[in-house]
Amino acid sequence: MTALTTIPEPVAIRVPERSWRSELRAVKIVWRRELTRFVSDKAGMVAWLVQPLLFLFVIGSGLQQLSAASTDGVDLKTFIFPGMLSFAVVFTAMFSAITLVMDRELGVMREMLVAPVSRSSILLGKALGGTTVAASQGVVMLALAGLVDVPYDPLMLLGLLALLLIAAFTVTAFGLMVATRIKNIRTFTSIMQLFVFPLVFLSGSLFPVSGLPTWLEVLNRINPLTYVVDPMRRLVFDHLDVSDAARATLDPGVSWFGWTLPVWFEVALVLLLGLVLMTIAVRQFLRAE
Amino acid sequence: MTSTSPPAIEVDGLGKSFGEVEAVRGVSFTVPPGEVFGFLGPNGAGKSTTINMLCTLAKPTAGAARVSGFDVVAARDSVRRHIGLVFQDSTLDNQLTADQNLRLHAELYGIDPAVIPARMQQMLEMVDLADRRDQPVITFSGGMRRRLEIARGLMHSPRVLFLDEPTIGLDPQTRSSIWRYIRALQEREGTTIFMTTHYMDEAEFCDRIAIMDRGEIVVLDTPEALKASVGTDRVVIGTADDEAALAELRERFGIEATVAEGAVTFHVESGEAFVPRLFAELDVAITSVAVSRPTLDDVFMRWTGSTIRDAEGDAGSNRNRAHLQMMKAMRR
Repeated sequence: MTALTTIPEPVAIRVPERSWRSELRAVKIVWRRELTRFVSDKAGMVAWLVQPLLFLFVIGSGLQQLSAASTDGVDLKTFIFPGMLSFAVVFTAMFSAITLVMDRELGVMREMLVAPVSRSSILLGKALGGTTVAASQGVVMLALAGLVDVPYDPLMLLGLLALLLIAAFTVTAFGLMVATRIKNIRTFTSIMQLFVFPLVFLSGSLFPVSGLPTWLEVLNRINPLTYVVDPMRRLVFDHLDVSDAARATLDPGVSWFGWTLPVWFEVALVLLLGLVLMTIAVRQFLRAE
Repeated sequence: MTSTSPPAIEVDGLGKSFGEVEAVRGVSFTVPPGEVFGFLGPNGAGKSTTINMLCTLAKPTAGAARVSGFDVVAARDSVRRHIGLVFQDSTLDNQLTADQNLRLHAELYGIDPAVIPARMQQMLEMVDLADRRDQPVITFSGGMRRRLEIARGLMHSPRVLFLDEPTIGLDPQTRSSIWRYIRALQEREGTTIFMTTHYMDEAEFCDRIAIMDRGEIVVLDTPEALKASVGTDRVVIGTADDEAALAELRERFGIEATVAEGAVTFHVESGEAFVPRLFAELDVAITSVAVSRPTLDDVFMRWTGSTIRDAEGDAGSNRNRAHLQMMKAMRR
């Protein structure tokens, strides 16, 4: 039996020494905080649900009017599904790092920086948070696959999810790398806008990547997002019932000087880039704050 | 507290320069465990820079400091585990609830998950926010936010709690309740409190006060001793003829008085005992009389040459520049 008392006994608290376990808890709580903030933002949630519909049906149906003849019977909405999938993820991931700039402006960053944990853990938590939020945008899109005649094949969905996560991580890392150097929200938004549209439009999310004018082909091949869109498109087309001619036109694969890149190579390229960007972001973060 | 425990704060020749500007010039002092220590000074005097060095947020360029026995440079993490911070500007996440803010803190400090709920409950009750725990901070008033920040700073039972202007901008009622928490806490957990404030009436609550000016500590003592050092009571009288009163005071009492704003002001050892004599012996008619004890404002005036409000509103351009440099360095 415990003694009845109205005054709570002081709870004995000990702050343990730093360990891998405390770092892991820091990563986890920072990650969870990102998700909590995301879910509690009502307007953000509406946009999160509406944007995919906009991408898929408005852009897709609109362009369909023009292109029915040249897609060999494949609905344009089906063709741009993988492109829009990556677009949705990239767009969300690009701006997810804005929370880092906001944390600094609102002062929350100070609370995290004085805690007895490594700054790398804080940034890693932020990266995982941004990755999760961005990838979840892709998941909403995947749920709509059936509406544009993409089959709900479990293996394809799993594969796409993995690709989404990798893409989301790499783009989030890019955002964080920029955010560690930027001190105010307006500048960050401008810089991201400067990047996001050229990257997305040049990635082939809206058009097949063979037979392009040379200047466009060069810009397309040096754009990292090209290697995000292509594996997704190949995976989707593997599960579509379309003619060989249509496949050759719409899903030619990315080639370098005649060599068609294998999917694993493209994925490795994106992942490697993500790790490099994240390393730079961590270094800058350690130095800057 | 046993006598063998190390001082809560030990500062030895601590200094910080930002390029040409010497923000803190080799200060030394010691704060014993369990003390409420007030740190006062005009803006740009080097208070924030000193606090930042003690909290491991800025590296000293000279001297050394130990907090709870740990060196602020060599044992940075150990210092961080033993201190709590409440900054002048809010560092809460407005979108999260009170609970979620405390939880974030508990996890970042690696507190044993088994005791987190009980500790959160205890802290929220202490600052009277238990019934608002599930509401987002953005719906809180300024006073509630500050109380939550204090609760959060205490979540991990720090040995030393740093409070930078904890009551600034709050109404008197909230200010006094915050002081109640601070005192209760100090009694219950023996926490050492290191605080800055602009309110002289609050500085009275401190066990000892240091006044900092131009990067140096100009004086350090208990509030009583500081007031006593300024000395004497101030007597202000209204008279029918101020000039005559001045002359009489000089001749009969040997007191040098001054005339300002239509009143005669002078200082004597014990004002209340002196007033009856004054009425009996002065020929000039007295129309009003006021006696005041020296206040910390007088102390502040004596040591920094300005009232704390003046210092706040009208800092010299040099000080402003130093302050800006510091702000920049902090943001970096």
